[in-house]
Amino acid sequence: MQAEVKQTDQEVKHAEHSEFVSFTVATQAFCLKITQIREIRRWSPVTILPHAPADVLGVMNLRGAVIPIYDLSARFGLQQTEASERNVVIVVSVHGKPVGLLAESVSEIISINPDDIQDTPPVDSRNTMEYIQGIISHDDTMVRIINLDAVISAPEQVMP
Amino acid sequence: MSGSIQDTFFEECEELLEATDEGLTAIEGGDHNPEVVNAIFRAVHSIKGGAGAFGLDDLVAFAHRFETVFDEVRSNRLDLDEKLIQLLLRSSDHLSALVEVARDGGQIDEPHHDTLLAALDEYIPEEEEDLTFEPMGLGGPAPMMDLGGLGGVPAKPQEETYRIRFQPLKEMYGTGNEPFFLFQALKDLGDLTVKLDENELPGFDAMDMDEAYLAWDLVLITKEPRSVVEAVFEFVEGLCELSIAGDGDAEAEANALAALDAMFSAPPLPEASLEAAAAAEGEAPAAPFEAPVPAPVPEAKPAAAEEKASAPKAESGKQEQRGGPKPTLRVELERVDRLINAVGELIINHSMLAQQIANLNVSDTRDVETELEGFKNLARDIQEGVMAIRAQPVKPLFQRMARIVREASAATGKTCKLVTEGENTEVDKTVIERLSDPLTHILRNAVDHGIEKPEDRESAGKVRTGEIRLSASHRSGSVCIEIRDDGAGVNRPRVKQIAIEKGLIPENAELTDGEIDNLLFAPGFSTAKEISNLSGRGVGMDVVKNAVTGLGGRINISSAPGKGSTFTIILPLTLAVMDGMVVSVADQTMVVPITSIVETMRGSDDMINSLGADGTLLSIRGNFVPICDVAGALGLYRGSDQQAGVYLLVETETGQRCALAVDDIHDQRQVVIKSLDGVCGEIPGVAAATILGDGKIAMILDPESIIAASPTAAAFDTERRMSNAS
Repeated sequence: MQAEVKQTDQEVKHAEHSEFVSFTVATQAFCLKITQIREIRRWSPVTILPHAPADVLGVMNLRGAVIPIYDLSARFGLQQTEASERNVVIVVSVHGKPVGLLAESVSEIISINPDDIQDTPPVDSRNTMEYIQGIISHDDTMVRIINLDAVISAPEQVMP
Repeated sequence: MSGSIQDTFFEECEELLEATDEGLTAIEGGDHNPEVVNAIFRAVHSIKGGAGAFGLDDLVAFAHRFETVFDEVRSNRLDLDEKLIQLLLRSSDHLSALVEVARDGGQIDEPHHDTLLAALDEYIPEEEEDLTFEPMGLGGPAPMMDLGGLGGVPAKPQEETYRIRFQPLKEMYGTGNEPFFLFQALKDLGDLTVKLDENELPGFDAMDMDEAYLAWDLVLITKEPRSVVEAVFEFVEGLCELSIAGDGDAEAEANALAALDAMFSAPPLPEASLEAAAAAEGEAPAAPFEAPVPAPVPEAKPAAAEEKASAPKAESGKQEQRGGPKPTLRVELERVDRLINAVGELIINHSMLAQQIANLNVSDTRDVETELEGFKNLARDIQEGVMAIRAQPVKPLFQRMARIVREASAATGKTCKLVTEGENTEVDKTVIERLSDPLTHILRNAVDHGIEKPEDRESAGKVRTGEIRLSASHRSGSVCIEIRDDGAGVNRPRVKQIAIEKGLIPENAELTDGEIDNLLFAPGFSTAKEISNLSGRGVGMDVVKNAVTGLGGRINISSAPGKGSTFTIILPLTLAVMDGMVVSVADQTMVVPITSIVETMRGSDDMINSLGADGTLLSIRGNFVPICDVAGALGLYRGSDQQAGVYLLVETETGQRCALAVDDIHDQRQVVIKSLDGVCGEIPGVAAATILGDGKIAMILDPESIIAASPTAAAFDTERRMSNAS
């Protein structure tokens, strides 16, 4: 009887956990909720969009759909990624549209208890504050949780 | 479930309203054919019937009045004068509005509703104020269908025997009609004998549940004229085999035939007419009557009488032949779109296959190539077929526009009429849908700003009624829509003044007439002195322009003071595919629409002439054309080994020519257009994207905006204009 109750407790606790996919961008660890990710692909050269800002790498053909690819590193204000075959494109769905995010490499899937998520401490970088939803400690490294809606704002204007 | 039935009702309503509009437009144009009036009557009646089923009382009440007035018209008790036609047009608009309210919710315009009801009531005789659902005309003689005056049958009420053979088709049951109610309605007319003919009824094992096997032979003795009897079957027209033979008819026909016989001295025909033949067909043992045999009549009637008698016959023959509209299928748009996407993928897939085979390095690929060619042709066939499904005539759109013009005229106190041309021009459905708003805006503007007040028109020596001509036509792979008004034209000094006031142009700007006209499209421009009810709601013609360019089209305005303005909208035939030239620019593969390319050439150094510091001109057979480097305009950088050596001579809408410099030309092929909407914002110089044979994405260029972005070409254009001006 008691054992059963204990098991349900565990289940409840387990259900509270969410799974995140962690990856590195410019040697820093980031993660996204697994439900936000549609697929992960190997990098292949993209078609350049004229007049696009530095963090928009171009567009890619995803089974007949044209999707934009962003360089997460440049987006976060870090150095631009020299994209190569070793890099990955994480396809996510933002504002109902698929979007590709270039990351250095994917690390692992981690299970996070929402209680363990810490608020982003104030630092002197507006980009960071906007783009990072929170941070967690995993295996003694800091993993930043990306606020996808802020990183990829609704269809934007590319100015010449 | 009831929701979906209601959806179907509203869909049908739309078609019926279109039919009503179409009929009214025909009547307005002077066509007072009874068939047209009948068609409108039936359409309105069907709307009323459906609305009744869903308890839409306002709609029912209004449709009833409307219908009753039409009934008066078709029984020739009302003359279709100008005033009545205008009322009917406004009523039809209001009926559409009521349907919209019923479908989408919202408020009906009560005062307007009541005014129209009162106006309609004026045309309705007292005793017809009831709200019955009798599916037929409300009695009274209807001379236009009446045969009573012929063959010596007097027009005054007299007992008449009609033998009716009625054989419903299965479609009739499918539309929910019940023979019983028809018989009941007939019974109200007089003495009715019904006899069932079940001869065609097969055994149980051979019976198809959905088939119709029964027929009825009816004998009706009534004082009512034939038209009233026919009216009972009005709503099953085309859904049943029907023949109505009256004793008087037989006589009339006999007379006519005898006249014919006398003329040709041929032996008497055994069957009297088409109808009689049809009746004879049903001559089963149980049939209560024989086919009428013409009784010889001694004196020959004049040929005119014969003609008269046969005219209604011809009509009934025509109706039989028509037998209802062509079968159509209602399909959700989304399904068609999925198919279009799939076909698009198929074409891309074909290109990929072709490329893969070419890369295989196999010596003999002839067989494969033949098959591949077949594949390509099939894919194209499918694509054209699917595109044809989406293509629709612009007629419904134009009809809606007539309503806009009426409303706008009423609101501004001006009189204008809309003349439409090329209504059967077929355009992609999306284009039609997305054209509705810009067209509405242009037409409102034309009424509000273009057409003058009647008095002003008179003093300017024009007819009081302004004319707006809306036309559609196909023009070499694109669709051209023109809106031409005969109003005052663009008030250029005023437009310029406003543009200066609003800071759109510098005060000392020297502009050509065309440029001033095009200021109308500038964002935030509105010429109305006060914000009128119609146009000038803060959004201006720039919205129109954006909508049109969003469809891959262009809009132009030309205007002559005192004579009017013309807006020309050029749109691609389809939004899904186009023919393009595949070129490479700074290592990137791009596509240039074939339609904009006049000529292509490989340039040599001696063809290039410098002009100023960095302007270059290409000399083509003695003409100098500015060169626009595509790479430069797009902000791309060429490697040292790359050089622009190929020129595409393009011509813009305004007739300006420019040579686009690209690195190389690879191919000319049909490409599937993939919109960049939602992928990124608007990119100057790029219209859309496509997927090439290798699976890579290529940008589809917009030559016009590339030229605009290129400093050389733009500068040259200004220079040329200045030299022209001086």
